[in-house]
Amino acid sequence: ALLSRPAGRLRARRGLAAGPEMHFGFQTVTEEERREKIYQVFESVAKKYDVMNDSMTLGIHRVWKDILMHKMNPSPGTLLLDVAGGTGDIAFRFINYVRSIREQQLQRKLKHHQNLSWQEIFESYQKDKFNSLGDSQVVVCDINREMLKVGKQKAQHLGYSEGLSWVLGNAEELPFDNDKFDVYTIAFGIRNVTRIDLALQEAYRVLKPGGRFLCLEFSHVSNPLLSRLYDLYSFQVIPVLGEVIAGDWKSYQYLVESIRRFPPQEELKAMIEDVGFFKVDYENLNFGIVAIHSGFKL
Amino acid sequence: EEEEEEEEEGWHQLYPGHIPTSLLQKALLAAGSAVMALYDPYRHDMVAVLGETTGCLALPNLRDKMKNHPEGYHILQERPRIRLSTVDMARLQGLPDGSLGREYVRFLEDNKVSPDTRMPPKFVDDEELAYVIQRYREVHDLMHTLLGMPTNMLGEVVVKWFEAVQTGLPMCVLGAAFGPVRLSTRKLQVLATELVPWAIRSGLNASCVLNVYYEQRWEQPVESLREELGIFPPP
Repeated sequence: ALLSRPAGRLRARRGLAAGPEMHFGFQTVTEEERREKIYQVFESVAKKYDVMNDSMTLGIHRVWKDILMHKMNPSPGTLLLDVAGGTGDIAFRFINYVRSIREQQLQRKLKHHQNLSWQEIFESYQKDKFNSLGDSQVVVCDINREMLKVGKQKAQHLGYSEGLSWVLGNAEELPFDNDKFDVYTIAFGIRNVTRIDLALQEAYRVLKPGGRFLCLEFSHVSNPLLSRLYDLYSFQVIPVLGEVIAGDWKSYQYLVESIRRFPPQEELKAMIEDVGFFKVDYENLNFGIVAIHSGFKL
Repeated sequence: EEEEEEEEEGWHQLYPGHIPTSLLQKALLAAGSAVMALYDPYRHDMVAVLGETTGCLALPNLRDKMKNHPEGYHILQERPRIRLSTVDMARLQGLPDGSLGREYVRFLEDNKVSPDTRMPPKFVDDEELAYVIQRYREVHDLMHTLLGMPTNMLGEVVVKWFEAVQTGLPMCVLGAAFGPVRLSTRKLQVLATELVPWAIRSGLNASCVLNVYYEQRWEQPVESLREELGIFPPP
């Protein structure tokens, strides 16, 4: 039934385009075409990405990302890889989180040293001041130059510099060595990856043993009433918002279609288990509009 | 996991660039584009979207006016486009002063505009009506020429009043009503006392401006064309 779309049939008849057929939203395209189209979507939306996220989700996406960070609960010294991290939302939250944990640590340390002289307290504070992140680091990796550009500008604007690096890279083929990171996150990015299985394999590869995989993504709403309301909102309102705010209907049409095509919770869980992760689990947010999948590399 | 047909909108494309929309989407677009156009006047695309989503009554009306007029009918058949690629700018420039072609090119140069910046229609669900609105957009600069109005805010508002009377397009009406909001009092005065009454009178008196095959009349003097159409001389 899927391949009975007019354009799909046309392409099948042309049949010469290399590669297997895949979906781009509800269209059927080849793998190469899909990568190309998705790149163009994000190139086009990059500047308005954050504004659109706020408009479409009425700001709720911020809460989802906060929940992800709390679930991660990183301690200072954690090395995080945020894939498809584009405009930096996860990275900045990570930095804020470890910074505040660090501050709490320092305060507790100071409390225990009540008998020190002012000089000693001052020195110990100074020493730790240059380590406000406690050696935590986050690498933001994204395939799209425009998104990275926006992210870097944001970082500068908001004053983030320490412990942050930006790398151009493909989730299906990460430019990192094996066993490098403590945590791997991919927030609202895996849906856009052409070969999800490869991305999951790469995630497994670059994580240290004991490392954690976390995926925040749109998922499936099983409640029928809610599902219909959600569909109505997605298909009727979101492309309109895209046109009015970003002057780009098509990219947001793609967005809502790609959400419908993405594997549901259980299926994604199975895919994550398939590449070797253990204790794979998921948590639904807002009745399944969004889900956080988690797994560990042993 | 498959979606119902009504969401497969990409497959009912009637012309290149067409995005089929439901009634609800059109309503939301109309509201959203109106707000955005007022909020950010540089969003010309929003003005275009507003025109397309609200023109469901005015456009068929215009199309029928064209169908019932020999020259208009001709235009609907041949679907001429005014673009840099289809119009010989060099030749027009060589025409005598006062001719439509010469004055049109002069207008484009003076105001530093080009006919190629008109948005193609996206949300009109009829392929012939899409052409009608496209024609209206491409003829807009010729309106400026015939009315002798520049492309500043004041000139645009005057042309909008004329177009509102001529076409009945809600977008023109809204533009005519809200456009003056950003003008100074002095300009508003000139607008209210001289320009708008003239524009309205001319608009009412003139025959339908879309029924003129401009591309065949480049040599015609502007004044003669004005008289023929029924546009009163500008103040």
